[in-house]
Amino acid sequence: MNDTQKIDTDAINVILATDCGSTTTKAIMIEKVDGVYRQTWRGEAPTTVEEPFANVTVGVLNALTEIQEVSGRRLIDDAGEIIRPATATEGCDIYISTSSAGGGLQMMVAGVVREMTAASAKRAALGAGAIVMDTIAANDKRRPHEQIQRIRELRPDMVLISGGTDGGDTKKVTEISEMIAPAKPRPRFGKSYELPIIFAGNDKARPEIERVFSDGGFDLKITDNLRPTLEQENLGPARDMIHDVFLEHVMAHAPGYDTLMSITDAPIMPTPGAVGDILQTIAKGRGINAVGVDIGGATTDVFSVFDGTFNRTVSANLGMSYSISNVCAEATMPTILRWVHLDMDEHELRNRVKNKMIRPTTIPQTMEALVFEQAVAREALRLAYIQHKAFATTLKGVQQQRTVGDTFTQQSGGETIVNNMKLDLLVASGGVLSHAPRMHQTAMLMIDAFEPEGITELAKDSIFMMPHLGVLASVHPKAAMEVFERDCLVYLGTCVAAKGIGKEGKNCFSWSLDGGTRGSGDIAFGRIEMIELGPDETAEIEVRPARGFDVGAGPGKPVTKMIRGGTVGLILDARGRALALPEERAECREAVTRTIDAIGLYPDLEGSAV
Amino acid sequence: MAKAYTPGLKVSSRTTHLAHRILPISGEVKASLGDVVDAETVVAETFMDGDITPLNVANLIAAQPGDLPELMLKKEGERVEKDEPIARSKGMFGMFKTECKAPASGVLEAISKATGQIMIRGESIPVQVKAYLPGRVVEVLPEEGVVIENEVALIQGIFGVGGETSGTLVMACASHDEGLDADAIDGSMAGQIVVGGARMTAAAIRKAQEVGVAAIVSGGIDDSDLKAILGYDLGVAITGSEKIGLTLIVTEGFGEISMARRTYELLTSNAGRTASVNGATQIRAGVMRPEILIPLASDAKDGDSAQSSTDSGVLAIGTPIRVIRDPYFGSIGTVAALPEAPQVLGSGSKSRVLDVSLESGEVVTVPRANVELIEA
Repeated sequence: MNDTQKIDTDAINVILATDCGSTTTKAIMIEKVDGVYRQTWRGEAPTTVEEPFANVTVGVLNALTEIQEVSGRRLIDDAGEIIRPATATEGCDIYISTSSAGGGLQMMVAGVVREMTAASAKRAALGAGAIVMDTIAANDKRRPHEQIQRIRELRPDMVLISGGTDGGDTKKVTEISEMIAPAKPRPRFGKSYELPIIFAGNDKARPEIERVFSDGGFDLKITDNLRPTLEQENLGPARDMIHDVFLEHVMAHAPGYDTLMSITDAPIMPTPGAVGDILQTIAKGRGINAVGVDIGGATTDVFSVFDGTFNRTVSANLGMSYSISNVCAEATMPTILRWVHLDMDEHELRNRVKNKMIRPTTIPQTMEALVFEQAVAREALRLAYIQHKAFATTLKGVQQQRTVGDTFTQQSGGETIVNNMKLDLLVASGGVLSHAPRMHQTAMLMIDAFEPEGITELAKDSIFMMPHLGVLASVHPKAAMEVFERDCLVYLGTCVAAKGIGKEGKNCFSWSLDGGTRGSGDIAFGRIEMIELGPDETAEIEVRPARGFDVGAGPGKPVTKMIRGGTVGLILDARGRALALPEERAECREAVTRTIDAIGLYPDLEGSAV
Repeated sequence: MAKAYTPGLKVSSRTTHLAHRILPISGEVKASLGDVVDAETVVAETFMDGDITPLNVANLIAAQPGDLPELMLKKEGERVEKDEPIARSKGMFGMFKTECKAPASGVLEAISKATGQIMIRGESIPVQVKAYLPGRVVEVLPEEGVVIENEVALIQGIFGVGGETSGTLVMACASHDEGLDADAIDGSMAGQIVVGGARMTAAAIRKAQEVGVAAIVSGGIDDSDLKAILGYDLGVAITGSEKIGLTLIVTEGFGEISMARRTYELLTSNAGRTASVNGATQIRAGVMRPEILIPLASDAKDGDSAQSSTDSGVLAIGTPIRVIRDPYFGSIGTVAALPEAPQVLGSGSKSRVLDVSLESGEVVTVPRANVELIEA
């Protein structure tokens, strides 16, 4: 791996980036065109971590070869190596990669108190892009032998232990470590692999922790406490250590990764970690709050940045194929069917769901199948966002100063920092969102599941480029930002939604675009409208909410803001927040049909459709 | 001729099958190269570290953790029996001593001066790997296990529950499209592998559990029946460890669906033979499908033994396929055309498609993603 410090960013004209996913390796080429970085070509090939190849670089070179073929630019030389540096017709200046192949990074985390140090440890692991297999804490309601049994069953790539504030009591965190050590969690990569243990807890406990893990079979790494005081969370050092261990141990044991690491110009990042990084870079760069979601077949990742604080959650069993049956079990079929305006046989649907689970690569052929699949997606996204909101909280356990005046207003620590009214940008990615036949469907899936309030921009990741740009941001932030804005995001438009509940048919809010010259109107509670506003257009909107409704400035107070158009346009949503569909089936169906008609979600297709 | 790749399930009347029988951790291999083994032969064995029982003794006898080593009646490495006194406090003036008894039998592995916690390691847990597939050991992987080879008829199912078992194949339905109900199961089927036609009902599974059937293989199962049998709604398709008394394998999927005629005929032609079956299914990360392995007598030379796909996974005109999504879910036919250009589906998506000539004679167009090869 080359030293990133030595990269002269001004001299970079051609960048190649790959994301080695579990099934597909996606490659993109970024070129400087007229002084601006643009994503120009893409290619993909099956990932080759499993037999018969068992070498990830084969898939990487195949994906790059596809770019070579479509772009006409020679990228791979006769020896099968990436040509560097770039000339006018050949090669690239840097090559970078992310990876989630082989199941990604799997971790177990432990802390003393579930809501405090264990929660901080989980946040650090998730933020680094890991799948957290389990969180062990002294108060997790399992008895010690049950915890040990669980540790024995897991096969993590590494373990993160935290606990205690610096200089505080050492006993509890040592106790937790004493349970982990003899349980001897077996790593995935066989007996020769020394299981990395990262200790990021009370600094005074370090000698004891060293003693506990001195028996062999472990590779103990010690880093700064991720909760040095109750009031402070310091996740950076633990996250960096996770990343180092990921490269040093996990990647080194995955097939072909030693070669891949040697040919990249920046450290390989876990895919979700890279997505989180680019979202943070964008939120910081534009000074906004943002939420991103990536819904896959097995899991749903939610990323958020509110007031500079980043959070990521992985909902392990909320997905659209492998986990679709679990979504139906968790959400329940009646809750899913409230989004459906057609007659469907529930019993038959249950069998269809199971058939999708066991044959995950199939796609909806009929409109009816699509409507149902998108209804399931709404619930998967909604549940994932609920989990995210519950996790992305202010620090728990922090002592708060109260005055008499605060008695009725101040909440205890641990309230969610996710605030839909403050949300500026909502980004969609993942098959069911990216490949929806109409962008309108993507927009409405996001609005129905996330219920943005006030004025929110909606976008989707065009070809799931965020991982590539996340790792690029670590070596060339300017290039990453430029490509993100110009090529990565497809802006769907803007959603204006009033918070509050009113009487059906009564005015919810009035609006006017550019002082009324481009349109104005009133919208009644329970209704939704779409106004055309093209992808390259911006406009100033004034929204005047009726009494009891809020669009960002407080109940009844008007808001004026510049908004961006998109492939869908401007969506004026007066269905209320929290969004509640009528309980009675016929009324619910009528309400959903009204929305479908207003947005043009499922227009009749031409006769040529099969 | 246009070709495209699509994965499928294997249905083969004769193939050479290699069964990798590997221990989860290193241990002793009990079989040698060239050994002929049967399904129940133990081919490798090991012992896993016993369970750990932690106990904070210092708390229990109201002592300082640092004082614990001298209060322990047993030392590290010594054996302790359940309820045996293992520590005693000093008490006051030699009186009121508090004793702590071992919560489990095993070896006292650690005494912590830092926390006052002790660890008792229980008996080692034996782990055995059986041959599962009768055949010849063709490779020994030292300390890990063996590879067993045999000529078999192989049928991959789409989904199953329950683990490895073996028994004699017995046909319970008259045709591939006849459902398997309780009246088709009787006491003579104990220990056998019962083959049905279409959907297996919950009543049939319950009857099979009662009489001690080893496994059921049939075309389909209803979601509600599976839920009733398992006692919960299966969320993700990672199965194999269910304890329901028998193994279930469906060859086509969920719902009222007939077994593919070819699969049914292959099973019929092997009725009376002993088969090894495994219901374990894992769709994510290293796909594992349930399997039915029927070892063939060495002198048996089936006429269609050469029936194997030369271009495995490749779709071509005439290739037998199964449609795996509604509106034609479960239909079987052959590829009639492979148009190059993507077409707009009823859902509005654009996708590459193919024309299928169904068994009924009807020709329908479906997305390529929605078919599965019936592999020989």
